Parts: sequence; structure tokens; C-alpha cells
Amino acid sequence: MMSVTEIDILADAQDSQPAALPAEADAPLPPLARRNLAGPRDAAAGGEAVTLAGLGKSFGERQVLRGVDLRVEAGEFVAVIGRSGCGKSTLLRLLAGLDQPSAGTLAAGEASATRFMFQEARLLPWAKVVDNVALGLDGEDARERALRALAQVGLADRAGEWPARLSGGQRQRVALARALVHAPKLLLLDEPLGALDALTRIDMQRLIESLWTRHGFTALLVTHDVAEAVALADRVLLIEDGRLALDLRIDLPRPRRRDAAFAALEQRLLDRVLSAPDREPETPPDHAAVPVPAPMLRWAV
Amino acid sequence: MGAAVIEAPRAPGRVGAAIGDSAGGRAAPRQPQAWRAASAAALRRLLPWLVPLAVLALWQLSAQAGWLSTRVLPAPSAVARAAWELALSGELWRHLVVSTGRAFLGFAIGGGLGLLLGLLTGSQRWAETALDTTLQMLRNIPPLALIPLVILWFGIDETAKLFLVALGVFFPVYLNTFHGIRGVDRDLIEMARSYGLRGGALYRRVILPGATASILVGLRFSLGLMWVLLIVAETISAQSGIGYMTMNAREFLQTDVVLVGILIYALLGKLADVAAQALERAWLRWHPGYQT
Repeated sequence: MMSVTEIDILADAQDSQPAALPAEADAPLPPLARRNLAGPRDAAAGGEAVTLAGLGKSFGERQVLRGVDLRVEAGEFVAVIGRSGCGKSTLLRLLAGLDQPSAGTLAAGEASATRFMFQEARLLPWAKVVDNVALGLDGEDARERALRALAQVGLADRAGEWPARLSGGQRQRVALARALVHAPKLLLLDEPLGALDALTRIDMQRLIESLWTRHGFTALLVTHDVAEAVALADRVLLIEDGRLALDLRIDLPRPRRRDAAFAALEQRLLDRVLSAPDREPETPPDHAAVPVPAPMLRWAV
Repeated sequence: MGAAVIEAPRAPGRVGAAIGDSAGGRAAPRQPQAWRAASAAALRRLLPWLVPLAVLALWQLSAQAGWLSTRVLPAPSAVARAAWELALSGELWRHLVVSTGRAFLGFAIGGGLGLLLGLLTGSQRWAETALDTTLQMLRNIPPLALIPLVILWFGIDETAKLFLVALGVFFPVYLNTFHGIRGVDRDLIEMARSYGLRGGALYRRVILPGATASILVGLRFSLGLMWVLLIVAETISAQSGIGYMTMNAREFLQTDVVLVGILIYALLGKLADVAAQALERAWLRWHPGYQT
């Protein structure tokens, strides 16, 4: 099952409401798909909703993001895809507070409850693995908590090693443990699996999914891999030229198998992502005159 | 040599018992090979010392044969005897303690200031703007060129020597600390900030460790310079210290004592370098380049 949401972002950003937004439900609705997985949840954890209104960011003359309206429900897993340079990483950095928005508002909970996973693991090479995970933790039990987090990513036995000794995938798992040890309500993932080989990648996707199921945090994953987005997300957002171009709900049951429905969805998303540059030269001159092909119309910007 | 004698009879018993005569015959040529490999390794270790030993032997020989005047170059045995006598009389230790004390006090002052200022200008833009140009100008003055001025300012007592040493070691430590801090991976700092590290904790966990490799390079440079400057300072004017001992011996044409002084400087320089290397190994254990 899937539902396609259209967002008309040519319309005034202030007025437009993302159609995907459930009409102010009293209790934050857990995503449908998650109910398929019965897993124990950490009591302390949970998700936090994210609301963006008219968010914009420019670096000097260049507008990277413009008029982004978005609401992500607590505990939702959202994937953001788009071509490189479309502004998807900037969106994440704004949410993390690493950059400040130039326009619009952003409500994403406390900074201390938000954790960021970078493209590279960014481990401190001079700290042992366990001390990397304990970075920013206070208190007597910091080390124990770090060890528990390491165990969750399957690296308890490497706690005493230098990061230089780990493989790329292991380093990203350490980075994931470092983020999780803070019990974040919002986890931002900026293409953390981009540099990994295909098998390690699938392993990591499963790990991230199972940890998300268990802890219930809100997750925003930026990726250029459409299959990864379909495998993990409740919703896939497409960003094009700094605008939100598509908001697609993925209602495949979890854990997701790469079956026909999956492949069809992936293909449609891929077609949509790839269609953008071909369309650009034709659309601007005579927008009204040229009939837009039907499949494009459905997702049209 | 001894290894070959012990190894030879053991080999046939080890191999031949199972395989028989023909195997014993085949094992025989392998034996000298193993011996050759071991002796080659020993030779490789000895080789670097061959030239110094040969020079020493030649030196001793020419001194004994009377080809070399003892005033020009006394025999190594005479130098060793002089060192032994100086050590027995306690004179050597007195001078050694004084020299080492000066060296390290000067190093602590100059190096400490260099470290502090380097940390400051490395991490604060305003400090760099205010101080760096001045320091870069001063850096280009050779400390030894200041000797006349130093004597005018401080006379010829302890302060003058400390000042020279401190000034000389200041710049390598300062420059390398500054560049070490500037060279710390921005991405790591951004990560640490996003994990809530600020101020002191950020400095302790990320910035200082990131700059350590570079600071230690400055330290090694400084330790080398430290002895050079001290030697010069002590030979100009002193009432104690290895430099004084050497200059004093020159007055009395005791070439052997002069040589003892020179050798001690060489030894102290080497010791300082070994200590710096030990620090590198201890503090850069995480660095793949320093892992053994």
C-alpha cells in the first residue's frame, strides 16, 4: 500500500499545508508500518515532532533552501532524497542547529535531544572506541552506558581499540552508538552509509531500523540511494532546487523485503528524481501551452 | 658462531627421524642457510657501529704511535680516564647538575610561554591579529645575535643564560603549537560541539589532542636548540656548568677534559631526543604512524 501526496509549492508558502499532515491528531499517531514490529521500547526514549514553516537558507547570493514547510510526527522515519547539491544536507544541518536559517521558522525540540550522524564517522582518533561513544556524557556511569550502546551495535568487544583499527562500517556503527547513547528524540542521519559497501550497507540499514523500532526516536535520513529510502522510511521527501517537491508515504510492512511492490515504488521514485533535469528546459518558456505528461502531473512541482 | 655449533648436530635428529637419510641430506644445506640468515641479521645490527668503532681504533692507534699530538687529540683511553677522574672527584656531576638545571629551567620558561601564546593565537583570532605579526618578526632574529644586548641587560649571571635558552626554545614551540591548533580537523570540532562539548571540555578532548603531534615536533626542535644555546651561553661567561668546565680546561690545555665536555653535550642531546621520542610514543599511541 502506498499513498502519493502532492504538494503545490508554487503556491504561497504561508498558505500551503503539506497534505500529508494528519489533521491535528490528539495523540501523535505512531506510523502504521511500525505496528508490524513488536519490539521492546526503552522507557526513557521516544520521538519528538519537527515543524518547519517557510524555512529558507541562503549562502551569500545562492539560495539553497526556499519556503520549506514540513511536519514530521514524533517517532516517524523520514527519508530525504534528491540530487547532490539540492539542499538536503543543508536541511539537516539547519535542524541540527549547525547552521542558522535565513528565513522561516523551525521547531525541532531541544538541541540536547537531537543527535547528528555525519557522512563520515568523525571519531576522535586519539580516544578509544568506548571513550568516543562516551563523548559528551556526564556522570559516573558514562562508561557503562557507552558500553551498553556499543553492545547494541554489536561492537562491545572492540571497546578498547583505537578507531584507526576499525573498518569503515565499524566506525559508522561506533558513530551510531555515540548518537544513541544520548537517547536522542530526534536522530539526523546525513548519508551515513554513503561510503560503505553494499552488504555492509544493508546490515547497517537493518541495524538502524531495529534501533529505531526499539527506541522510538524521530529519524530524518538524508540519502542519495532511493532503495535505502524505500527500505527504511515511513515517508520519502524529494527536494529539488531547494524546494520540497514530493512527499510520498511508504506503507510497506516492516521488515521490508525487496519484492515487487518495493521495486515498483523504488522505480517510480527513481523515475521522478531523474525526470527533473529533462523537464527543466521545456517547462519555463511556455508553461501553460505544453501539456504535461500524466505521470508527471501527479507529482508536478 | 656458538649457535652454529649447537644447531648442527640437532638438525638431522629433528628432521631425519621421520623422513630418513635422504631427508637428512636435504636438511643439511638448510642449516647453513638458517645460520647465514641469523648472522646477516646480527651483521645488519652491527654495521652502523662499524665505522665509529674503526675510527675509534684508528684514533687510539695513532695517538699511541705518536702520530697525533695529545694536545691536538688525546687518545680515547685518555679521554675515558679524564672522564673517570672527573666523575670520581665529583666535579663532573656538579657541572652536569648546574647545566641541566639551567637547560630545563630555560626550556620550561621559553617552552611554557611558547605553548601558552601558541594556544592563545591558535584559538583566538584577536590574539593572532594582535600578536602574530610581532612574533613572526622577532622569530627571524637569531637568539645568538642578541648576546651583546643580553650581556648589557643582564650582565653575565644566570639570568642572561636563562634568557638565551628561553628565547631560543620559545619560537619552535610557539610556531608548532599555533599550527597544530589551526590544523585540528574542523569536522571533529563541529561534531564535538554538536555533542554538547564547549570551552574547557572541547579543548581537553578535541583541540589539544589534535594539536599534540605538531606540538611534539616543536618540542623536539626546542630540545635540540636548548643544548646548543646553553653551550654558547656557558662558554661566554660562567662559573660552573659543562661549558665552564670545557673553557676552563682549554685555559690549562687539558684537551682530554675539553673532549669529555663535548661528548657529554652529545650524550645530553641524544638523551633529550630519546625523551621526546618516548613522549611521542606515549601521547600518540592512537596514531597509526606511531604504532609498533
